[in-house]
Amino acid sequence: MFETIIFSLLNGLVYGLLLFLLSSGLTLIFSMMGVLNLAHAGFYMLSAYFAYSISIHLGFWYGLLFAPLIVGFIGAMVERYGLRKVHKFGHVPELIFTFGVAFLLEELVQFVWGRNQLAYNKPEILEGSLFTLFGADFPIYKMFMLIVSVVIFIILLSVLKYTRTGLIIRAAVGHPNVVGMLGHNVPLIFMVTFGVGTALAGIAGAIAGPVLGTYPGMASGLGGIMFVVVIFGGLGSLGGAFIASLMIGLIQTFAIAIDASLSDVFLLMDIVITEQTFMYDIWVTSLSQVAPLIPYLMMVVMLIFRPAGLMGARES
Amino acid sequence: MSTAISLSDLKKSFGQMEIIRGVNLDIRKGERHAIIGPNGAGKSTLFHLISGHYQPTSGKVLLNGEDISGVMPHEIYRKGLARSFQVTNIFPNLNVYENIRCGALWSCDQGYSFWRQVDDLEDINLKTEQILEKINLTHRYKVSASLMSYAEQRALEIGITLAGGAQVIMLDEPTAGMSIGETEQAVELIRSVTEDKTLVIVEHDMGVVFDLADRISVLVYGKIIATDSPSAIRSNKLVQEAYLGTEMISDA
Amino acid sequence: MSHLTRICRAESVVRKKRLRILWLCFAVILLALPLVTSNFGITILTQICVASVFALAYNMLLGQGGMLSFGHAVYFGLGGYASIHLMELVGNGVPVPLVLTPLFGGLFGLIAAFLIGSFSTRRAGTVFAMISFGIAELVAASAIILVSFFGGEEGVSSDRTMGPAFFGYEMIPQIEVYYFAAVWFFLATYAMYHFSRSPAGRLANAVRDNAERTQFIGYNPQKIRLVSFVASGFFAGVAGGIFAIQYEIVTDSNLNTAASGLVMLQAYIGGIGYFVGPVIGAIVMTLLNTVVSGVTDLWLLYTGLLFIGTVLLAPNGLTGLIMMHTDAYHNRKLATLIKPYLLGMLPLTAAFIGVVSLLEMFSHRNEAAVGDDSMLLFYIDVDISTWFPWVGFTLLSLLGLAGLRVVIPVVRASWDAANEMQILSNSTINNESDS
Repeated sequence: MFETIIFSLLNGLVYGLLLFLLSSGLTLIFSMMGVLNLAHAGFYMLSAYFAYSISIHLGFWYGLLFAPLIVGFIGAMVERYGLRKVHKFGHVPELIFTFGVAFLLEELVQFVWGRNQLAYNKPEILEGSLFTLFGADFPIYKMFMLIVSVVIFIILLSVLKYTRTGLIIRAAVGHPNVVGMLGHNVPLIFMVTFGVGTALAGIAGAIAGPVLGTYPGMASGLGGIMFVVVIFGGLGSLGGAFIASLMIGLIQTFAIAIDASLSDVFLLMDIVITEQTFMYDIWVTSLSQVAPLIPYLMMVVMLIFRPAGLMGARES
Repeated sequence: MSTAISLSDLKKSFGQMEIIRGVNLDIRKGERHAIIGPNGAGKSTLFHLISGHYQPTSGKVLLNGEDISGVMPHEIYRKGLARSFQVTNIFPNLNVYENIRCGALWSCDQGYSFWRQVDDLEDINLKTEQILEKINLTHRYKVSASLMSYAEQRALEIGITLAGGAQVIMLDEPTAGMSIGETEQAVELIRSVTEDKTLVIVEHDMGVVFDLADRISVLVYGKIIATDSPSAIRSNKLVQEAYLGTEMISDA
Repeated sequence: MSHLTRICRAESVVRKKRLRILWLCFAVILLALPLVTSNFGITILTQICVASVFALAYNMLLGQGGMLSFGHAVYFGLGGYASIHLMELVGNGVPVPLVLTPLFGGLFGLIAAFLIGSFSTRRAGTVFAMISFGIAELVAASAIILVSFFGGEEGVSSDRTMGPAFFGYEMIPQIEVYYFAAVWFFLATYAMYHFSRSPAGRLANAVRDNAERTQFIGYNPQKIRLVSFVASGFFAGVAGGIFAIQYEIVTDSNLNTAASGLVMLQAYIGGIGYFVGPVIGAIVMTLLNTVVSGVTDLWLLYTGLLFIGTVLLAPNGLTGLIMMHTDAYHNRKLATLIKPYLLGMLPLTAAFIGVVSLLEMFSHRNEAAVGDDSMLLFYIDVDISTWFPWVGFTLLSLLGLAGLRVVIPVVRASWDAANEMQILSNSTINNESDS
């Protein structure tokens, strides 16, 4: 029991921070441009594939370094030659465009790298376990993911807090049109923001590829959860995204670890559920089975009662 | 004479900022009432409060004696109060005819009907055509609203407001941004379409105000400092002080 | 009677007459189409009927109401599941003619849309899009867990031939299924068109354009959205019902987010600004899905490229490309466009063949067994182990693209010329917003 809690906590933390790495880029883009980038998870996936290709030629570390840069550049180009064109038509066409990019990225990845999962492996020094607790191992690689996420988080925070760029970004959060009034080159800022945001997704992809698997479904697998995070936390709020990431990371890992269902609860009240009971399948579904469902439920409930999210300032 | 709109101690704050600081005002049925005041006095905010666009922080709005503070805008409209906007607020992708027809729909008891065909509704089409004639856009009826000139869009804005046949009409700077010729036309239009109705108008052009209004209220920093006939307002000391530096009086 | 009133009456009469002819043509085409195709063709036509109804229903939201949904397959799927269960009941002796199945599916979609729409339509824009996406993920995940209604991963299936015959009509051969689908396609299209011309339909346009203003003409924008949403859910359910009869099986792949994305693609590629747009999109996408997918594995890649191309280059969709020519048609200058268009087709075809061939060769190199180097491209046998086809098709692509750069200004100039008169003389006629 105790080791389940410890390991769920650690795993939840690793997963939550990975989610934050992803959603921070998404939040950055949204707060500057007002665009919810539906292709964000696509860039995350693309980076994992690039990192794989680079890693088999030059090694893991070069992959980790270059893949996010390449993806960030591609992101900037997508903004420059695609998103900018539909920007003037409003948010709905922008959403449709990024949806199209997400669709295309998934097909492109299959076109270039095939449909199967790739053998994108961890480097040797990160193999093995860091410590053993109650007979269970905690892998070094997860600690590595944790450290990378935290370092990026600190860099992001200090850039926002102590640099001029950060000042502009903070000024622009929630007021995308103000930046232009301050005399900045808005198209350039948009392009750079989109590039940096996708590069952040790229870092997440490069470090997640070896553990979560590098395959064509990895974008849609995590993409949905990522939207839950930014909406639950409040669109455009980095702090909200941080809290929501950890919350959802922890809730999901704990839910997976708990193999109880409503019928067990009824059993405590001396109510026995049999196959003849009304809506039998709902009562016997275990919490671990509905784990993938919980984040979406949280998101819908949040949107109904507080569309601005946990810490969001504006409703769009 | 009974009152159409009655405001009692109306207040509105945004955070720490109190924009409307206790307004008391009675607007009589059938009169043309202008609200003037320097920029930032809260004229548009007052309009938003009356029409339900904003909720008052405290105080009351009565429409024909009925309390409408806190009521949803569409319900206030249904009680007989229609308004226009300072920033043109039309349906850009619909053509002129559809714009007006949408404005007339509610008054023809169509509700949210999805079985009737708008083209077959005689009364509503007739009403639409009458309004088009009044606002001089008959020949442009098929043009998409977004493609029209600024003055035409302003006329359309007024047309949408009038189409439902409301008894109380509120116009927020109807002539803003118009040339002298266009303004004259607009004033004539407003005069003719608000015959027998109550008109509340916010306007910066003092020529228009003194030409149209039966009575004028002066709003300064969220408070009404005077309500009177145009000639009395012209000679009011308080008003002159408030407008010091702007040549309102000589203009008129 | 004023001048305008007279004009409007006259136009209204003409339009009604023209519409009646159009509906008649539509019916005749639907009836006659099976006569000119094979069995495979009839299956595809049935699919087109289903896809069209669904895409039209979807466009009631996106095109007419301005609501971008990433989860509309939920109502299609629920309608489908409900229809399968109805078919089972009928098979067990409940006396309902199966030809009414789509109505049942529609009612189910309507109820679901009412329950969900009552809170999701409170806002439009990004929030609406995200709620629709969240609901779709929820329902898709539930479809796997709740086995008794959704049948788990295998879905639910039934048999359309078990019910009582309907005037001797048992829906055993594919052609009878087609006519069943075609009749429902016609009825649903007629009803949806009717809706778009009703007060509720016009108000949906108004809310799409400017939700704030509708409050000040006496309407509650949320209620307008809800009416559209519920109607759209109904017709999506109808489409699901037709689908259930055709395939006799419904699975979670019919209501997941991928299915929802596909219907958006269809509507958008066809053109969301026009009533018929989604039908055009449904036809094109169904052909891609059936015919092209039989020829190449890359059909989804092509779909994605077509979609992105539409968003960037032709935001009004394929229908918009066709409707671009109404002015030229009224000017009687359509014929002047034939030559420049043919000229433009030349480099376009070259670029198309070149790029597609390169993509196909690349894919063949990746996917085919080692040593299997020959493939058929545009009726030509190609050996991809040699350098020749790679260089050749690259050159062809570049040549085509270079040619396009030269030709596009020419085509544009002739298009401008063909439309020019119009701007001067009767600019009022064709600016009518057809929404």
